[in-house]
Amino acid sequence: MSELRLEKLKVAHLDSVDLVVKAAEIVCLSGQSGAGKSLLLRSIADIIPHGGLVYLDDCSSLECTAPQWRKQVGLLPAESQWWLDSVGSHFTEVDEALFERLGLSAGALQWQVSRCSTGEKQRLAILRLLANKPKCLLLDEPTGSLDPENTKRVERLIKQIAVEGNIPVLWVSHSEEQIERIADRHVVVRDGGLFTA
Amino acid sequence: MNNTVIPLTPLDLAIAAGLVVLLALLTWRLRLGMSGRVLIAGARTVVQLLLLGIVLKYLFDTRHLALIALIAFVMLAVAGREVMARQQRPFKGVWGYGLGTMSMFISSFAITVFALNFIVGPEPWYLPQYAIPLLGMMLGNTMTGVALTLDHLTQNAWQQRAIIEQRLMLGEDWHSAIRDISRQSLRTGLIPIVNAMAAAGIISIPGMMTGQVLAGSSPMDAAKYQILIMFMITAGTGFAAVLSSWLGARRLFDERQRLRLERLQPPNGAA
Repeated sequence: MSELRLEKLKVAHLDSVDLVVKAAEIVCLSGQSGAGKSLLLRSIADIIPHGGLVYLDDCSSLECTAPQWRKQVGLLPAESQWWLDSVGSHFTEVDEALFERLGLSAGALQWQVSRCSTGEKQRLAILRLLANKPKCLLLDEPTGSLDPENTKRVERLIKQIAVEGNIPVLWVSHSEEQIERIADRHVVVRDGGLFTA
Repeated sequence: MNNTVIPLTPLDLAIAAGLVVLLALLTWRLRLGMSGRVLIAGARTVVQLLLLGIVLKYLFDTRHLALIALIAFVMLAVAGREVMARQQRPFKGVWGYGLGTMSMFISSFAITVFALNFIVGPEPWYLPQYAIPLLGMMLGNTMTGVALTLDHLTQNAWQQRAIIEQRLMLGEDWHSAIRDISRQSLRTGLIPIVNAMAAAGIISIPGMMTGQVLAGSSPMDAAKYQILIMFMITAGTGFAAVLSSWLGARRLFDERQRLRLERLQPPNGAA
């Protein structure tokens, strides 16, 4: 039973945030820019200093090394980064079926990163993240740069992965329609706290 | 001692100084805005080197170990300041000064002491005629290597913040997340000295060898000393650069392996 639990998380102006995302549950986060959505996700992944505790499966982030923790709580930043020339050299494992689910083929691994469009990079970044087999997903506007068709593909894939893998998902989204389609619960980040929408 | 050096009179130096004044006039005419700096730097050369001459003369006469150690540490302290001044984003607090200074200390002092004891072998081993110039040349070059390494490391960590964080997010440890940057910074720090070794004697006649020949040493002796110095400097610069890039990279991350760029000062020391 995988469950993501935040206890009194403190970062910047976010004060004492408590939140539970149950296994297979998709919780959408929205809120004005600067409200602290990304900061919240970054704290959960322990990329930035923060107060409070984060648990996954009743296991606190402090009980394992930071790299182990970050592999388990997969964080997808709003803008993906690529540091090697070819797409493939960023991947350790490749699941071709997943590539096809996002409208790509394994041939994409031969591509040069510099020639990929923003949308291609975004979908590849999702695949790269999933290759780590995370036990929880933190997605910062994962479909922000995608066309409607690919947006639907990502939504279907994540939803299926959440259900089949019993994976809790925190999904930052600005689109009401998208939240309507995917969210089991909708939480708004406002005035330094979380509010149920 | 086959001392054939021709002593220079104050008039000789005044004539040489005239050339620098001429250059200052030229830069003033060309509106480069640096004639003042040329003159001040020239004046500093005169004062600093004459002072050095006085200090060394006293040191050579007394051969006092504590005094030699004191001078050595003053040299190290000044080199440490220089390393910090040459970085655009040094670390905040004691690390800014300590990191480069510590790397230089470990590397330069260890290699100088080693060379004095096991290679050159003067009696006593800290004979200032050997110890001080050797250490000075070590520090002067190590300083450049460490400053270049640290400057490259911190600048690039700053610019590539998003990439380092992305790699951390994907579960890489700090060492692997900054590996490319620290390798490149090390390369940057080592290039000048490797180039100097390759060019020695063909493109440039190194200052020390020039000095020894002018002072009457045989060219072969001077060459051998220059080779020794080159190797010492290269090893010293290399070890100090490796050490500083490792310490610097380590300091960029905290105990939870988060990138902590706020540990760097803003550029140009602006608040």
